[in-house]
Amino acid sequence: METLLEILSELHPDVDFTKEERLVERGILGSFDIVMLVTRIEEAFDVVIPARLITPETFRSADALYAVIESLGEDD
Amino acid sequence: MKTILEDLDLQELLRPDKAAFCDEREQLTFSQIAELTRRIGTALLKAGAEREPVAVLLPRSAKTLAALLGVMRAGCAYVPLDAEMGALRLGSVFSQVRPRFLICNTDTEPAAREAGFTGTALQIEKLERQTPDETLLRTAYAHILDTDPAYIVFTSGSTGAPKGVIGKHSAMLDYAAQLKKVLRVSAADVFGMQAPLYVDACLKELLSTLRCGASLWIVPKLLFSAPVPLVRFLNEHKITTVCWVVPALTLISALHTFEEIVPTTLKTVAFGSEVFPIRQLNLWMQHVPARYINLYGPTECTGMSCWYEVDRVFTQGESIPIGQPFDNTEILLLDENDRLSNEGEICIRGVALCHGYWNDPERTQKAFCQNPLRPEYPERIYRTGDRGKWNARGELEFFGRIDNQIKHMGHRIELGELEAAALKIDGVSAACAVFDAERKRLALAYTGECAKNDLTAALRSSVPDFMLPSRTVQLDRMPLTENGKTDRRRVHAICFGA
Repeated sequence: METLLEILSELHPDVDFTKEERLVERGILGSFDIVMLVTRIEEAFDVVIPARLITPETFRSADALYAVIESLGEDD
Repeated sequence: MKTILEDLDLQELLRPDKAAFCDEREQLTFSQIAELTRRIGTALLKAGAEREPVAVLLPRSAKTLAALLGVMRAGCAYVPLDAEMGALRLGSVFSQVRPRFLICNTDTEPAAREAGFTGTALQIEKLERQTPDETLLRTAYAHILDTDPAYIVFTSGSTGAPKGVIGKHSAMLDYAAQLKKVLRVSAADVFGMQAPLYVDACLKELLSTLRCGASLWIVPKLLFSAPVPLVRFLNEHKITTVCWVVPALTLISALHTFEEIVPTTLKTVAFGSEVFPIRQLNLWMQHVPARYINLYGPTECTGMSCWYEVDRVFTQGESIPIGQPFDNTEILLLDENDRLSNEGEICIRGVALCHGYWNDPERTQKAFCQNPLRPEYPERIYRTGDRGKWNARGELEFFGRIDNQIKHMGHRIELGELEAAALKIDGVSAACAVFDAERKRLALAYTGECAKNDLTAALRSSVPDFMLPSRTVQLDRMPLTENGKTDRRRVHAICFGA
C-alpha cells in the first residue's frame, strides 16, 4: 500500500489519496493519469493489469486500486 | 446557403426518421432535431431575443446540440457553457458577454446564478413545448447574413480573462465542406464524439452529421477511463469515425486493450491538438486498419485548418507532420520581419477566420491583423503564435509555441490564466505556472500565507479540471530574473527538478 500511495502522490502531490473515494468521477484522474498509473504500477508490483479491469470503479480510491493489485498477485 | 440550418432542413426532407444525434438517454432523428430547433427558436424570439448572444448551460447531450442549433434558428449566436468550466470561467463569460438570455434546466440554473448571470433563464423543458411560429422564424431567418456570428466559444487568455472567439456562419459552412472532403464523410458514417460541447472541437461531428446526413453518438465521459467498455461502445454503435484528443486514443493502445478487444467498425481515426507518441500510433495502425489523420488548427479559424493523412511508417523521434491546409485556407509562415519564410510563425488566411474576440478590440487587433504581404488592400490573417516549418516533402511541421501557451489534455491553456486565477485567492501574493512537456505535468508555484490544501480547493472551484496543477509549491520568495521578471526557468526547476 505504501508503494501505491507513493506512486499516486508522485502523480498528484496535492490529493489526499487515503481519503478520496471518487477519483475518476471528480475528474482527479483522467485518461492520461490512468495510462501513467498503470504503467508505473505494473513496473513496481511486477503485475499486468488486464485492460478489462481498467474502469472508473478500479480507480475510484487507493484502497480499491490496491485490492485489484493484490488480487492480481494471488493469481500467479 | 446562409447557415448550417439549411443542411439540417435538407436532411429533415431526405432522412426524416434517421437517428442523428444520439446519447445514452435518447436518439433524436433529423426531423425531431429540426422541430426542436423551431420550437426553441420561436420561444427565444417570443421572449424578445434579437440577433444577440444566448448562453446555453446544459449537460452534454443530444438535446443540447439541438438547443445550440435552436439559438441559431432565432438568428442569435449560441454561447455554449458547461458546469465543468468552473465558476470563475463561467463568471468571466457572463461578465464579458452579459447575455440577456440563458437556456438551462433546473439543475444548471443555480450554477449560472452563482456565477453572476442576472438575465432571463429559459428552461429547456418549457422551450421544447413551445408551438413553432413559422412566420416569426422566417422573418428572423431573412435577417441573418452569412457573415453574422453563429457562436461564441471561450478559450484561455493570457491576462487571466478567457477570450470569446466569435465564429461566423460562412466559416461553419466552409468547414462542413472541407471536413467532408478530408474525412470522406458519407451518410453511412457514425461519429463517436469525445469533445465537450463548450469547445469548437465538437463542430467536426456536428457539422459533418448535418452536411452529410451521417449520425453521431456522444461518448460518455467516464468511458475515457475504461478502455474495454470504451471499445465495446464503439463496436456496439458501429462507430466509423473518431476525431479524438491524443490521450483518449493512448488510453486504449497503451493499456493492452487490443489483446482483449479491437475496434471493428472504425474507418477513420483523426487526432490532434497534441503530439501522438509514435509507439502508440504504430500500435493503433497494427491493430486497427483505418485512415489515420493528424489535424491541426486554432479555435480562431473555426476548428481545424490543416490535415495530414499518415502515409508512411514513423519511427521513434520523428514528428508527424500537420501536412497541408484545408482547401480554401492558406498557411503563411512569417519570419520576425513579416517576410514569407520556410520556417516561422504559422499565419492563416481564408474565410475560416473568426471575427475576433468578443468585446476585446485590443486582443483582436493583435491576433487578427493585416496581411503584411498584401499592403494594397485590407485583408486579415490570424497569427497563431505557433511555430511551423515546411519539410523537404513539402509538408508543414509544427514546432511548439512562441509564447506561454501550452496544450494539455487536448485543451489550450494560457499559463497566465491559471496564474490570474491563483492570484484571486486570498493569501496568494505571487503565482507562476509552469508546464513540463515531457511528463505532461502542470505545476503552480506561489508565495503567500495561503495553505496548499486551501489553494487547491479554491482552484478546484474556479478553473476547469484540465487546468488544475498536479503539483503546487509554496515559496518564500518568487525567483526573479535580472530584469525583475518571474524567472520561469528557475520555477520550472524548483517544481520539476533541474
